[in-house]
Amino acid sequence: MADGRFGIHGGRYIPETLMNAVIELEEVYNHYKGDPDFCEELENLLNNYAGRPSLLYYAKRMTEDLGGAKIYLKREDLNHTGAHKINNVLGQVLLAKKMGKTRVIAETGAGQHGVATATAAALMDMECEVFMGEEDTRRQALNVYRMRLLGAKVHPVVSGTATLKDAVSETMREWTRRISDTHYVLGSCMGPHPFPTIVRDFQAVISREIKEQTLQREGRLPDAVLACVGGGSNAIGSFYHFIDMPGVRLIGCEAAGRGIHTAETAATIATGSLGIFHGMKSYFCQDAYGQIAPVYSISAGLDYPGIGPEHANLYDTGRAEYVAVTDEEAVEAFEYLSRTEGIIPAIESAHAVAYARKLAPSMEKDQIMVVTLSGRGDKDCAAIARYRGEDLYE
Amino acid sequence: MSKIEQVFENGKAFIPFITCGDPSLDITEELVYAMERAGADLIELGIPFSDPTAEGPVIQAASMRALSGHVTTDDIFRMAERIRENSHIPLAFMTYANVVFSYGIARFAGRAADCGIDAVILPDVPYEEKEEFASEFRRRGIALISLIAPTSRERIRMIAREAEGFVYCVSSLGVTGMRSQITTDVGEMIRLVKETKEVPCAIGFGISTPEQAEEMAAKADGVIVGSAIVELCRKYGEDCVPHVENYVREMKEAALRGGVK
Repeated sequence: MADGRFGIHGGRYIPETLMNAVIELEEVYNHYKGDPDFCEELENLLNNYAGRPSLLYYAKRMTEDLGGAKIYLKREDLNHTGAHKINNVLGQVLLAKKMGKTRVIAETGAGQHGVATATAAALMDMECEVFMGEEDTRRQALNVYRMRLLGAKVHPVVSGTATLKDAVSETMREWTRRISDTHYVLGSCMGPHPFPTIVRDFQAVISREIKEQTLQREGRLPDAVLACVGGGSNAIGSFYHFIDMPGVRLIGCEAAGRGIHTAETAATIATGSLGIFHGMKSYFCQDAYGQIAPVYSISAGLDYPGIGPEHANLYDTGRAEYVAVTDEEAVEAFEYLSRTEGIIPAIESAHAVAYARKLAPSMEKDQIMVVTLSGRGDKDCAAIARYRGEDLYE
Repeated sequence: MSKIEQVFENGKAFIPFITCGDPSLDITEELVYAMERAGADLIELGIPFSDPTAEGPVIQAASMRALSGHVTTDDIFRMAERIRENSHIPLAFMTYANVVFSYGIARFAGRAADCGIDAVILPDVPYEEKEEFASEFRRRGIALISLIAPTSRERIRMIAREAEGFVYCVSSLGVTGMRSQITTDVGEMIRLVKETKEVPCAIGFGISTPEQAEEMAAKADGVIVGSAIVELCRKYGEDCVPHVENYVREMKEAALRGGVK
């Protein structure tokens, strides 16, 4: 069995045509990840371009309102381009550059990863093409415009359910068409090895900072870390440096859509089963014959029928917990954080905020909870207004 | 002699692909008999998958049509059993890892063997991941077919060494679908295989015309055609059988011409 496993999960289940490309990527990554010049160049980009380190903000009003654990928000929404996606993208595009590639392709759901990839491509002078489900291009029209403004070509994907999973499939197909000058900047900790590891490593800066910042502010580690999970990149980044510290509860918040007992859900751990798809063995929403289920969430970024293989293993081993949060709970949290802290979170991140609201009151006042705000919510305002029955004209 | 070896006994082999259940399983069954009459040497039966990442638009659309008709893996096994009552033509299942995995690999292999399936092709299971599947199929006398691609280079020998049945040579970069030109040096790919192991090689991806079939047959032991046939099934629907039969006859003759070059 190939390497790149997390317990039984992971591997590389991809067409032979792509095998040498992922093997080369693994070799190049293993070379550069320890290369001082590469690390310095990346750190310089993260600090002086993306605006890292991101703030760890004490949410005083939220803490007082909920009357339990002391709540900190890890402000990935303040990164350049407005989400955690830039952490991974700067790393991968820099890597692609080192590999001599001149073109990058990417899938996107909510559009945040597409915007981040288009941004890095503009900065590093690479050609960029983004594949986005047609349904999502409508839900996130502003992000489509941003990508075009940044010089990327956006391809609406009409196959299958015309959402994130189809965008991933189409980007994989495009990569098999054109490999020699093209790198696929996969946006989450999923897909064939080595992507889950590469994305995890580039996002791990989140937990490294959370650890340093809570130690500095509170003199101790947090008791719980919460993050939303679609593929799971901001969550694995938030969890990574705490995995070996059993005192820190790690909680991933999945999108339950209209509820885990309905067909309109995207909660993979709650409703999925073991399978092989998009290059990896992991948990997937699927029927009894292994046909991938059409999933649903109000959040385009969590609207994915699978979960990264490292999360699947953290679930198997019991090291992390996964909870499901409905559309309604996420929308309430979106409004709650806006009013309570003056912070409009991405609807994805609002899933983590929603569970924080449930969990915090049951924790002691001297306990510390960190909630990762993976992105900002400007992109979601029109859709949430629509959910509340109000039509905005952008 | 195994049934897979027989495939390459009638001059250059012609291997058609159809998607099971497009337009219906009854038509799929009729297509098998018609293609056998027309000279097909092995028939690839596609078990539709919701997200076929190695397929171009034609086969993607056929998979969607079949699935929207609620065709299941069990229905397809039952159809294969019926076919075996009437025909001995070698049969291969082509599908995706998750269809087999979710059924249970051993259970799938057992059921396929009972239906007289001779080979299985899984385009998203490369060399490094194949043993999990190949071991169960081997136990049941079914060959898991290995694929090589234009990007395989130094991997070709490693793959060829463990190849069973025949080697599926992917002619071009990209996904399945009709192409006006095939620019890869497939002859060189096949030479590397044959240097390592005496195993038949069939070329697929992009082939649709008799000219292409003749040219590719001159370089290989067989020619695989999918999208062009699936397109006939889309175009003629319930009436596709005679159209496919004529096309397969024409393509088999072209492949045979390639063999005497």
